Amino acid sequence: MTARTVLTIAALTLQEAARRKVLRSLALLTFALLGLSAWGFTRLDAEFGGLTSGEARLAASAVLNLVMFGLSLIAALGTAFLAGPTLAGETESGIALAMLARPVRRSAVLLGKWLGLVTFGSGYVVLAGLAQLLIVRVTMGYWPPRPVTGLALLAAQTAVLLTLGLLLSTVVSPMASGVVPVGLFGATWIAGVVGAVGDALGNSGVARVGTVSRMLLPTDGLWRGAMNAFQDPSVLAQFGVAFEGHPFLSETGLTPAYVGWAALWVALVFGLAALAFQRRDL
Amino acid sequence: MTGQATRQEAAQRALAGLPPSAAVWCSGLHKRYRRRTAVDGVSFTVERGEVMGLLGPNGAGKTSVIKMLLGLVRPDAGEVLLLGRPARDPYARARVGYLPELFRYQPWLTAAEVLALHVRLAGVAVPAGERQEGLAAVGLGDRAGDRVGGFSKGMQQRLGLAVALVARPELVILDEPTSALDPLGRADVRDLLLSLKARGVAVLLNSHLIGEVERVCDRVVILDKGRVAAAGTLPELLGQRELRLRLDRVGPEARARLAAAGRLTRGGDAYTVTLPAELDDAAVPDLVADLVGLGVRVHAVEPGRISLEERLLDILRTGPSEERS
Repeated sequence: MTARTVLTIAALTLQEAARRKVLRSLALLTFALLGLSAWGFTRLDAEFGGLTSGEARLAASAVLNLVMFGLSLIAALGTAFLAGPTLAGETESGIALAMLARPVRRSAVLLGKWLGLVTFGSGYVVLAGLAQLLIVRVTMGYWPPRPVTGLALLAAQTAVLLTLGLLLSTVVSPMASGVVPVGLFGATWIAGVVGAVGDALGNSGVARVGTVSRMLLPTDGLWRGAMNAFQDPSVLAQFGVAFEGHPFLSETGLTPAYVGWAALWVALVFGLAALAFQRRDL
Repeated sequence: MTGQATRQEAAQRALAGLPPSAAVWCSGLHKRYRRRTAVDGVSFTVERGEVMGLLGPNGAGKTSVIKMLLGLVRPDAGEVLLLGRPARDPYARARVGYLPELFRYQPWLTAAEVLALHVRLAGVAVPAGERQEGLAAVGLGDRAGDRVGGFSKGMQQRLGLAVALVARPELVILDEPTSALDPLGRADVRDLLLSLKARGVAVLLNSHLIGEVERVCDRVVILDKGRVAAAGTLPELLGQRELRLRLDRVGPEARARLAAAGRLTRGGDAYTVTLPAELDDAAVPDLVADLVGLGVRVHAVEPGRISLEERLLDILRTGPSEERS
């Protein structure tokens, strides 16, 4: 019964994403970003034809990460604004009443929503990210060292954010449950940059800002891991000191412990969401 | 092994011999929202195949009671059994259909897709043809392929009825099923309720339209301020009968005879006698014969029933009385 409910709701969530305007606006934004980046990369190659291969790699890595950040931002906005309203909106409008009066467990309905949203978010990130990697390959001849890890980490970042959106949507209004995760996403990113600057300056107090925020909301940590997977490893070795604290280059990859923490974080937040949803009067 | 099998068979036979459990059984339901008590010790039963009406003024706790039955609201205290299973178990709702007071369905789905979704969630196999018949039964037969987003409120409520009935329910809970319907739609719903009754499906109906309740319900529970103010079959609740007479030349003896039959009110030559419920059939002819014998000229004798509406208002104004059953 539970598996059927989960799969039915997951399919319904995907259907909703496909039929609502979210998908169309997301596709439009993505095409705009990919088009602009393709144009940018061809100009980069044409204008700076005299770049050494190392400089070209550095430029490609940094710009690729910048564009990937744009993609992850679009994915974050898209899924957060889908995750929040989908549950909070349904309980508010009354759609949930008829569905939850069926022989279903609320936790199964929530898991179905989560699964649908993760599939949608990850699918988007992987497709759009792959397109971007191909664009860089065609224009600059650059192929990142660990594309699969990078894309997987981007997808994980999306999953983290939409789990948070789902938790919020069980307790606050639809609008707030969309806005708050996106705000927190931005805040942790900035805290991550601040922390990196602190690292570069050797100021442990400032560096701790990034570490703590990365533990509280793992989006930025996963994003830094993804950047590390996309950039050329020789670049930092070559230009190391000059680019310490750069917001679009990451010096270290992720430790398995951190990935484990991110997974645990998702499980904990989902558990909280299920508990809140279970206890809620509709 | 054989002994065990025999015992199991015996147990099954014994169970089969028992009458089926009630469609709804609830006892001592309580619910507080912050400092306001919404439901205060509500208990009632809806038998299988019975149509029960839930009546009461706004804020009496009717929708809260319904939501507690369906597990949508957690009761602070009390127990619920649906079709013999504790309502905490989601399976208890496998054969229950529900039309919420706030009826909304996924606007991005078509009417047929909404039904298909609910059939899947209910875990029953209902062929597409039967689902289409369900839509046709509520007057949406030609709108099956249209998105719900484009439906009017009345059409959404009709769709809600189809959703409530699609998974072959044994119990249907309808919360204000005609609030958005035109008079024709209300007549349709009445017919639908009567057909459910004919098929032996239990119905719990919350409606403000007392006429509707009076026409289709076997029993009524009246809620007021979160408590059961009165409950019973319609004859029990409407037990009192009236006799309206137009008389002249009424002497003191005749007046005493009228007063002896029941509570007497008079306006000009119109006399109204409220008769007790357990009166036998000969009482009225006897009264008329006695009056004629006493020299009274009888112009008209008209039996009347107290309507459910009058009774409801009476109960709500005078507060819960000893007529609770």
